[in-house]
Amino acid sequence: MLWACLRFPQLALDVVRPDADAISSRTPFAVIDGPLQRRHIVLPNAAAHKTGVHCDQPLTAARALCPQLSTALRDPGAERQALESIAAWAYRFSAEVSIADPDAVFVEIGASLSLFGGIAALERRLRGEAAAFGFASSLAIAPTAAGARVLATHADGLVIPSILPLTNALGSVPIRASGLDEKSIDALHGMGFRLLRDLFRLPRPELARRIGPDALDRLDRMRGIAAESLLRYRPRDRFERLLEFSFGIESHGALAFPLQRLIRGLATFLVARDGGVQRFALVLGHERGASTRIEIGLLAPRRDAQSLFELTRTRLERIQLPAPVHALTLRADDLPPLCPLHHDLFDAHRGEELDWPRLAERLRARLGDEALRGLRCVADHRPARAWRFATAVETPAQPPANRTRAVSQRKRNTQTALVINTGMRPFWLLGKPIVLRGEPAQILAGPERIESGWWDDHDKRRDYYVIETSKGQRAWAFAPAGSMTQWTLHGWFA
Amino acid sequence: MRARLRNEAALADVLRHPGIWRRSAAARPAADIEPSGVAELDALLPGGGWPRGALTEILIEQDGIGECSLVLPALAALTQAKKRIVFVAPPYIPYAPALVAAGIDLSQVVHIDANAADTHWTAEQCLRAGCCGAVLNWLPKADYRQLRRLQLAAETGAAIGFVFRPLHAAKETSPAALRLQVTVRESGPRIDILKCRGRFGDATQAIQLRA
Repeated sequence: MLWACLRFPQLALDVVRPDADAISSRTPFAVIDGPLQRRHIVLPNAAAHKTGVHCDQPLTAARALCPQLSTALRDPGAERQALESIAAWAYRFSAEVSIADPDAVFVEIGASLSLFGGIAALERRLRGEAAAFGFASSLAIAPTAAGARVLATHADGLVIPSILPLTNALGSVPIRASGLDEKSIDALHGMGFRLLRDLFRLPRPELARRIGPDALDRLDRMRGIAAESLLRYRPRDRFERLLEFSFGIESHGALAFPLQRLIRGLATFLVARDGGVQRFALVLGHERGASTRIEIGLLAPRRDAQSLFELTRTRLERIQLPAPVHALTLRADDLPPLCPLHHDLFDAHRGEELDWPRLAERLRARLGDEALRGLRCVADHRPARAWRFATAVETPAQPPANRTRAVSQRKRNTQTALVINTGMRPFWLLGKPIVLRGEPAQILAGPERIESGWWDDHDKRRDYYVIETSKGQRAWAFAPAGSMTQWTLHGWFA
Repeated sequence: MRARLRNEAALADVLRHPGIWRRSAAARPAADIEPSGVAELDALLPGGGWPRGALTEILIEQDGIGECSLVLPALAALTQAKKRIVFVAPPYIPYAPALVAAGIDLSQVVHIDANAADTHWTAEQCLRAGCCGAVLNWLPKADYRQLRRLQLAAETGAAIGFVFRPLHAAKETSPAALRLQVTVRESGPRIDILKCRGRFGDATQAIQLRA
């Protein structure tokens, strides 16, 4: 195990003042917390610190030291959200990511080293990309997470790949910076201990009696003597992102740009999760809480931003905007694992199959979800019931390919078995039989008596004939059983 | 004299280009075709079958005169070769038992509902995508420009495009590579080839369907 600890020492300050520039950093500012009557300083900025304002100072005392101090209330929700977004980003480097409240994220990088080109390259990358979040950060790498955290606090940039030098490095850390609880630190200071090294030398039973088992356990975990248990970060199971506009958007064209941003966010999220999306919704927010919801369902999970954007835009363009749009929300609850299509290396039609899902999605996006259907035979003697639409077009083989192919083979076999061996059947069937105009000019075949369905209230008793009309068309027509009148047309032999 | 010889050699070079066909030459060497499965028809069609990567127009006098039976054997062969066939907005229901009886593998058949405004777009997308073996459409109203688009899409996607149109469209010009006309005579339906690439003179030949 090799843990990188990213610590954000000024997170409380950074989240409440994200737009800190050079001028504002020169004015004294502090984040405060606590009950209304007894506010205390959580974190002052550098300018405030210079005047003597420090952590845990009562606000009144800080005001006395620095009358022009401006303050903001601490926002734990925003801090947590910031850490979560950092964890989501860190998840691309490792499957083992843990959020350590209140201000650190652990990343297990031992298993990722060869992929990211070694410890130095990975450290550079972590540092560089973490800086993009806009929070002041420090980074240390050590074989234990607790140790890495202590080092990140005390010695930014220290990389210690094995346990023995870690103990040495930790030894020179002051007890104040060790992250032990205040009470233990005060007690240890009272006893004359200054550095962690002093503690490591003490006999364990003595130390346990003085600082309690919890603090001792903490020291053990730091050095890798006791096992650590960390809460593993799990990427969220759903995606929801909102974009608000300062004015109402009335045209589809103007919505394309924010939509693309949302879709790109979704695609990045899916890549990090190694998943796809099959069903998602776009909610257009209007004034006074009204909203329009567009549901988008795909035949198979996808995650490439370009095609998701094209499909969503086509669906968006199909609807009429009822009112100016003030907010756009993209919500995806159903995020199945993405199974990339695997194809037989020797399958000649490989290239073609790859295009079909894309074409099918494009057609469905414009024509509606139910527009594409397959045809199936049904084992029934009544012509109108001898077939049906297959509800959705089957997607090509999903992995494991071999098994599905075997299944579809079997399906096909049963399907052909379902066809009842009957007389001639027309190419075209009329959805609704219509009365035949005039008498048939010639009867070519028939009658074929079809009498069935007494069990389901669609009892039919008909004699079917292949006839030729006076215009030379071949038709499939029926008359009530036994009679040769009341001709009804049911199909064309086209 | 030498200059003339050189010119002739240069000309012969140019004429060897595959895109040039000389009237004096025999019928074009077999292009990419799908056998129609009807021997008489194959004999008439250039290359011996339905041209792939091109539009084939079938003009029909009315429904029910065997116009679809013309294409059925080819469709069956396509589906058995695991190529997809697409019905774009057919006028009636393609009857599944009849398709199976003709040898069509239903798992390769796609039926698309599209309203009149979207029919052209759908057909074009299907032809262009390159993942459909054949695309069948019914276009009662289509102008030259639209058909031209379909023809180009079929060329891009190397698909066989069948367009069924009413007989009166025979008077209009069409960019389709092949135009057939199916009419009814006393003796039964009859097919005339109105236009086909790579064949001249005998275009009026006709065959009898359902003798």
